[in-house]
Formats: sequence, C-alpha cells, structure tokens
Amino acid sequence: MTQLKPGEVSLGTTIMAVQFNGGVVIGADSRTTTGSYIANRVTDKLTKVHDRIYCCRSGSAADTQAVADVVAYHLELYTAQHGEEPTVKVAASLFQQICYQNKNNLSAGIIVAGWDKVDGTSVYEIPLGGSIHKQNFALGGSGSVYIYGYCDKTFRPNMTKEECVEFVRSSVSLAMTRDGSSGGVIRLAVITEDNVERIFVPGNQLPPQYLG
Amino acid sequence: MDPVEIRAPHTLQRPQATTNDGPVTHTISPIVTGTSVLAFKYKDGIMMAADCLGSYGSMARYRNERRLMPVGESTLVGMSGDISDYQHMKHTMENIMTQEYDMDDGQRMGTKSIYKCMSKIMYNRRCKADPLWNMYVVAGVDNGEKVLGYVDLLGTTYESSTIATGFGQHLAQPILRRRVEGREDEITEEEAVTIINDCMRVMFYRDARAFNKLTRGKITAQGVEITEPYSLETSWDFAESIVGYGA
Repeated sequence: MTQLKPGEVSLGTTIMAVQFNGGVVIGADSRTTTGSYIANRVTDKLTKVHDRIYCCRSGSAADTQAVADVVAYHLELYTAQHGEEPTVKVAASLFQQICYQNKNNLSAGIIVAGWDKVDGTSVYEIPLGGSIHKQNFALGGSGSVYIYGYCDKTFRPNMTKEECVEFVRSSVSLAMTRDGSSGGVIRLAVITEDNVERIFVPGNQLPPQYLG
Repeated sequence: MDPVEIRAPHTLQRPQATTNDGPVTHTISPIVTGTSVLAFKYKDGIMMAADCLGSYGSMARYRNERRLMPVGESTLVGMSGDISDYQHMKHTMENIMTQEYDMDDGQRMGTKSIYKCMSKIMYNRRCKADPLWNMYVVAGVDNGEKVLGYVDLLGTTYESSTIATGFGQHLAQPILRRRVEGREDEITEEEAVTIINDCMRVMFYRDARAFNKLTRGKITAQGVEITEPYSLETSWDFAESIVGYGA
C-alpha cells in the first residue's frame, strides 16, 4: 500500500457521504496530523469542485489538494466546453483517472458526492488503488473502520434529510472519539438542487456518547 | 475531454531500499480485490460464477461488485484480483469492441480473438514490470466450439474444460474435475447450476475473503446471460453439538 512519506501531512480523517431523496449529506472531522502532531485542528475537508459537486478528502493533504484543484479546474471549463453542467459521474471519473494513472505516487482516498440534473444525487468512492465504486452511502479515512458496524446497523435507504444529517453527525462523532487521527469539529454539508447548506458542530458540542 | 494526467518525470523514482541502478519497476500490490472465479463447460456452453465482494485487505468493503462482465455479445469474462485494474481492462475492452463495431466490416470479434487480445495485453504489461494484477477467465462459444481459457498477471494462459482462480484452484477444482471432466456435453443447465452452487458454497465455507452474495453467468450460442445477485443456503446446525475441543 502507498505509504505517506516521512513528515508528510496526513488527513487522518473520518469522512462520510449519505444520499437521500433529493440530496446528499456529506460530513468530515477537522484534524490534520503530521505524525502525532495536529498540524491543523480546524481543517475543511469538504472541498467544492463545482457548484453542486463536493469531494471529501482523506490520505495525504498535499495529494488530495492537488488532485482536487485539477478536477475543479477541469469542471470549471466543462460548462464552457460542453454547453451543460458537469455531472457528478464526470467529476468522479476525473478523480478516478488521476488516482488510477498515478496510483504509485498518490495517497488519496476520496469520496465524491453531489447533485446534477441527469442522475439526481450520487455518491462515488475512490479508494487507494484508483478504483471507483458507486454507493448509497460511503465511509472513508482511518476513523471509518470504527463505525462500519454502527453504520451498517443504522443506515436505511430513503431516509429524510434530517435523518441523514443526524446519521452523519452521530457516526462521525463516534469515529472521532475513538480514532486518534480524527477529531476537532464536525463539518457537514447538505447538497440539493437548490443550494449547499453548511452545518457546523463545534468540538465541545458533539452528540452525547459513552466516554468512560 | 482528453484524459487528465499528472505525472512526475519517469526519471523521478520513489526512494527505494535498494541501492543498485536496476530497472524502474512500478509493481504495486493490489488494494481492492476480488476472490475466486469458477467456470466449466456444460452441454449448452459455459457456466461461470463469482461473488460480489471487493475486499480491502481483510475487510469486506464493497459488497456489490460485479466481477462477471460481458465483452461484446459472444464472450463472458470473470475477474479475480485488483478491481482498479479490472475497471481499466473493462474500459479498454469496451473501447476495442467499439472500434471493431465502427469498422462496420461485417465481422464481430469472437471469443478466441478476445482471449488472445486480453492475453497479449496482460503479457505485455508483465514485460514492462507493471502488471494488471488480475486473473481472468474468458469463456464463449466460437463457431459452435466451446472456448474456456485463463490468463493472469504474468501472462500465463491455459485452456481447460474446468477453470478456477485463487482459492477455487484448491477448493473447487477437484470437485469440478470429478463432476465435469469427460461429461462436458452431457451436463444439463440444471445440473450445471447445482454443481456451481455446490462449489461456491464450499468457497464461502472455507475462503475467508468470500461473501455469500454471488452472480452466475452462462454463455451459450445465444449469447451472455448474467443473473442478479443471490445468496446460497448454508448449513450450520451441526455445529451446536460440537462442544469443547477434545480435552
């Protein structure tokens, strides 16, 4: 597996995206680490690549920022070149091409989620090797392993927006408490046809859980 | 849109433990992987099955992967190994089939041609020390003749009336050889389904990277048919009577 180079900054991370009827909720923690030092405790890992298409970044901070910048550039040109807005599938494909072609040199686990008028909402996951997986909900980052059980138990298809927000908030919060590489605040975004609503949960207002 | 590539110059190498100036290699271990594929010849054609799992190391991460793919109308291909390399091969074959169609010369690529094409791709990648980390099972009916072949990341190829990859080589192949070999033209579809389900059940019992959700495909002179995912009945009742370990 691709290792981070010594000293490289890592988005330890818990990232998540869940689709509901009419939109998608994405969420992430805010911790960026260099080894065990927290380089940034208020990171924004929910990165806009187009008006209604966001990506959640995990792995190397540098690699994912570079890749996201390239994809955002291409998506910005897309409308002018093609006469229509890019779909989430196009954005995910761009990420996948870059991650696959450069698989030996990148350490990037990315979740692409958003809304477009062709397919409605979509969630795509692009793990380390550069494969692409379309899913109803996706988890990523080092913290995600702690919540697979919780998510498998709690997720149902066709939840409402409020249920999805609560699901993402509680899952990310559980992961953050257990994973040393995740923490800080929870950033959420709800992407629908009409707008992108950002929700912020400060680190001292996480949902209650057993901490004993 | 042209494919986007960020590439460092090929002269830039990742820091390696070795100090010699050997050839540049890009081999990387597989990351998201599929386990065994089973296939065998029966009366009407070839039956093939694989489960729907993409494993991330030991984790059963992606549980809706389709590892059986049709190539054109004549051929069914099953894949084991790295899923990102499989997705690349899938696109490559789709492009090749599109180009063949565009030539509009009345010819369609048959199974033998597709098999040879894939074998060449795999061997040439191996020669560059940059393999597509897969084991493919290629099946079809070419001019009335049943074709069933294997090609892998080393470019090794062979044809047989029963083929299995991965754990299937150890667990399923003996069952397939006993029940299929010599009777390829007698086995009905119903019996073939029973044989393949029995083998997939053994795979689920004994392969730690298997999952009880599988798809089954058949390729006959009429074309490719792949089922929707289904699960097998398993038997565990007997375990209740096993207590302790013998001391």
